Amino acid sequence: MVRAEWAIFEEDYWAINNVLDDLLRSSRASNVVLIDRTGQLVSQCGPEVDFDLTSFASLCAADFEANYQLAKLIGERDFSTLFHQGARESMYLAKIAKGVVLVVLFAKSTTLGLVRLRVKRAVEELNDIIERLYEKLEYRNEEYDTFDETFTRGVEAEIDNLFAD
Amino acid sequence: MSLINYSSREINCKVVYYGPGLGGKTTNIQYVYEKLAPETKGKLVTLATEMDRTLFFDFLPLELGEVKGFKTRFHLYTVPGQVYYNASRKLILRGVDGIVFVGDSSEARFDANIEALYNLHDNLKEYDLSLEQIPFVMQWNKRDMPDAIPIAELNEELNPEGYDNFEGIAVQGVGVFDTLKCVAKKVLRQLQTS
Repeated sequence: MVRAEWAIFEEDYWAINNVLDDLLRSSRASNVVLIDRTGQLVSQCGPEVDFDLTSFASLCAADFEANYQLAKLIGERDFSTLFHQGARESMYLAKIAKGVVLVVLFAKSTTLGLVRLRVKRAVEELNDIIERLYEKLEYRNEEYDTFDETFTRGVEAEIDNLFAD
Repeated sequence: MSLINYSSREINCKVVYYGPGLGGKTTNIQYVYEKLAPETKGKLVTLATEMDRTLFFDFLPLELGEVKGFKTRFHLYTVPGQVYYNASRKLILRGVDGIVFVGDSSEARFDANIEALYNLHDNLKEYDLSLEQIPFVMQWNKRDMPDAIPIAELNEELNPEGYDNFEGIAVQGVGVFDTLKCVAKKVLRQLQTS
């Protein structure tokens, strides 16, 4: 059994993806990405992107975290949303429960107002899913026995293999 | 903060390289990046000043082969070592699964090591964490410096707890893989409960 800080099970993954998919269509955004605050990619919805999604997730998390610290400096609890405007593509980031961050990429085919409106509903739905997921983690981790000693030894062998001089 | 995604069958872990400025944190990650096969590594992201000093962080994702249907990924981060970038250092530590302390062996940087270690303790405290809870490995880098302090002395003064430690000359790759292997395995062991 593995004790992770958090985990996403199959049904939650699809519940999250449904919300992201809805948001993508209703906001006419070009892509929707869900990350956690440590920069791990949780899910992505939309056409395949032509940039490095792993780096993107890591930088978005850092961006959100830096702004969180800025908010604290000026006496705010946090900034629940961030907006970056580009000439062609823009980004709208919104805080979800438990340190999860929603990132919406959008172009001229939509407006900031519409994105903001649709994100508001999606944030509420995602909050519910993530909160429920954390409640479930309290006991569901026990059911998974994939990560036993054999697994750990297997990954250790992979580590040795990767870093063989 | 390790994340297990049962749907995409992935495990993600975060390892942070910490230590005094110009100690070799970025050099460690650059060596890993240069030496690994393209299919096992992602893009190396560096947020540095014009003088090549780390401003915010360096980031390198690594991917291990599948075991029991699960892919394991390690995300390597460095923090900026310069004293006045503490706010950046603190936020990179959020959700850390394993830490490598890259110390500078040279006599002239001895105090900088002490300062960086204190700073690490302080910053972890802000997340209600302590070094005892997190897989931690030390690397005494720059062993080729003429004024390098003997390892025994460095450990006695800066590593009284006896954490696993390695000698390093990161620019030549000495000790880089050993250090990373050690911390990665510790992170895995931490994931597996007793």
